[in-house]
Amino acid sequence: MNTTLHTELYRKVYTVRMAEERIRADYMGDEMKTPVHLSLGEEGLVAGVVHALTATDKVFGTWRNHALYLTKGGSLDDFFCELYGRETGVACGKAGSMHLSSPAHGFLASSAVVGSILPVALGAAYAQKAQATGDIAAVFFGDGATEEGVFWETLNYAALAKLPLLFVCEDNGLAIHSHIQNRQSYDIATTVKTFNLPVFTSDSTDAGEIHELAATAAAAVRRGEGPAFLLLKYLRYLEHVGVNEDFSAGYRCKEDCADWFDRDPVRVQRANALKAGATEAEIAALENGIRAAIEAAVAKATASAFPALDELRKDVYA
Amino acid sequence: MSTLTYRNAIVAAQVQEMERDASVFLYGLDVSDHKRIFGSTAGIVEKFGPERCFITPTAEDSMAGFGLGAALCGMRPVHIHIRVDFMLLTINQLANMYSNLRYMSGGRLSAPVTMRAVIGRGWGQSCQHSKSMQSLFAHIPGIKVVMPTSPADAKGLLAGAIRDDNPVVVLEHRMLYDIEGEVPDGEYVIPMGKGRVVREGADLTVIATSWMNIEAVKAAEILERRHGVSLEVVDPRTIHPLDEELLVNSVNKTGRCLVADYDWTFCGFSAEAAALIGERCFGALRSPVTRLGFAHVPCPTTRPLENAFYPNAESIVRSVEKTLDLPACDLSGEVFYTYEHNFKGPF
Ligand SMILES: Cc1ncc(C[n+]2csc(CCOP(=O)(O)OP(=O)(O)O)c2C)c(N)n1
Ligand SMILES: [Mg+2]
Repeated sequence: MNTTLHTELYRKVYTVRMAEERIRADYMGDEMKTPVHLSLGEEGLVAGVVHALTATDKVFGTWRNHALYLTKGGSLDDFFCELYGRETGVACGKAGSMHLSSPAHGFLASSAVVGSILPVALGAAYAQKAQATGDIAAVFFGDGATEEGVFWETLNYAALAKLPLLFVCEDNGLAIHSHIQNRQSYDIATTVKTFNLPVFTSDSTDAGEIHELAATAAAAVRRGEGPAFLLLKYLRYLEHVGVNEDFSAGYRCKEDCADWFDRDPVRVQRANALKAGATEAEIAALENGIRAAIEAAVAKATASAFPALDELRKDVYA
Repeated sequence: MSTLTYRNAIVAAQVQEMERDASVFLYGLDVSDHKRIFGSTAGIVEKFGPERCFITPTAEDSMAGFGLGAALCGMRPVHIHIRVDFMLLTINQLANMYSNLRYMSGGRLSAPVTMRAVIGRGWGQSCQHSKSMQSLFAHIPGIKVVMPTSPADAKGLLAGAIRDDNPVVVLEHRMLYDIEGEVPDGEYVIPMGKGRVVREGADLTVIATSWMNIEAVKAAEILERRHGVSLEVVDPRTIHPLDEELLVNSVNKTGRCLVADYDWTFCGFSAEAAALIGERCFGALRSPVTRLGFAHVPCPTTRPLENAFYPNAESIVRSVEKTLDLPACDLSGEVFYTYEHNFKGPF
């Protein structure tokens, strides 16, 4: 096992988890006035896929975009400043949690309207091909998005035009509170295959395993073989939006999720890093560093000013 | 009369219409989950069963077409959207299908579908969970648009929308859901196209839509106390068909008009209303018609900019003072509706 690889994957997974735990700790203080859709449970999935991409590959996400933002290179400072609505944020507080992006790191956009980001990523994939950049595009979306017509239209054209697009379906089996079996008559993997592209399925929470799978898929896409599809299952630990668990709401049961909690992505990747040769002291130092960076980001955010009112009318047009 | 919240008045209208007409059914995302569209579909699936109240896949566009097809065959669907922003995925069905059908069939067909959608400000909702869009929908011939403000209007207008033989878009402001008011018991229906004078006054008419009525009434109370100015607040309630006589009569009486619309102003309902008043009240007007609406930008997330994005009682007070050439009064001691304490997120 490769120490550097597994330590880096752990850095990503741990950063996402701790940043979101920090949000959870502060959220009820009502200073972060932005609806949050947390990634708890899918850290390994996102870290594994993003680590298989290059710094210049283009990625696109949804409302559940914190993990994507933080793993693709987005800054913790900008992140917390944005959530706190400060002028120092990603978009001076205009974007909030649901519209994060970090164009400098290839995270071009996220959309909170289900499915609407898919064709945008398709166009980005086209541009990579047309401009022969050597980069690919990757689009992250939930299982629910496959119910929108635009998903199938995007899939069709990506396959037809052999565009360098990596589909990353973050499949938690839920759309808000609605279970997949009450929404879909099809099996996603089987059906997507009929569009003639490779489909890779996994329910692993192991960032290392996901990384391997994603690297294979991304390599095929990068070779010009057309799109590929990752169908990655995970357990959404918390309520759809907000910072709390909601197993008491009645639509699902915590006991049924025991296997997922046993395979918690943070714990799994920590063990991987140690097995790959990192020492306990190195990992502890990494963790301390990440937590300190998060504290510094929160401190910066809470000390930053809100945007001035003339910011309201800036950046509407180019 | 009973005291009901706006959300319970919506429930009451749906129950009333579903009991009276077996062809009425409710559908859409989230309609029977435990949150029940902010409580506005509470108890419906228990009372009428999953055949008449059901969740759909995330597929607004096709599910809108589905409603049209069902309506053509004698049913009365109510398609529910937890945010109007998501309902925009149905715009092809609305603008190309629903709206044209009756005309293109020489009046043989009709499309009695109701689309309910939640609009407006919540809590850091940002640009994709905060729109209103009445002007967009009302722009399309063949579509009716209603915006109930009070609980009684919520019951009566939703019932009226369901009974109407045309596609009707019903826009419900998120912050109105908690408002309480007197609602008639038993069968209660308000036909489309009838506005309401919310507050009588002599000096200036405020034509207000949806939440802006709450802000306008507050502004009226302040202006009365501080300047002895008497505002008349008029709620058109339906954007199309528009109760032109009500608006015109009011402005003919007061001689002045401010349109406070809960939407962007450019090419919006406020422009429409201002044009109407200009055309029909020219001789009575003592000052130009003025308008308030959203800032012409996407809705920002952060609170200070969000506050500046939305018009409110204070902006109404300032606008009226300017029109009437009055000094700006000190508003520091006034208690306004504040989002700081009344509503915490998410959603
Ligand atoms: C077009 C549209 N319809 C409905 C919604 C409301 N909504 C927000 S998230 C969501 C669930 C989508 O589920 P999925 O795509 O599986 O993503 P997840 O939240 O599970 O990550 C829905 C229905 C929306 N944002 N956009
Ligand atoms: Mg999902």
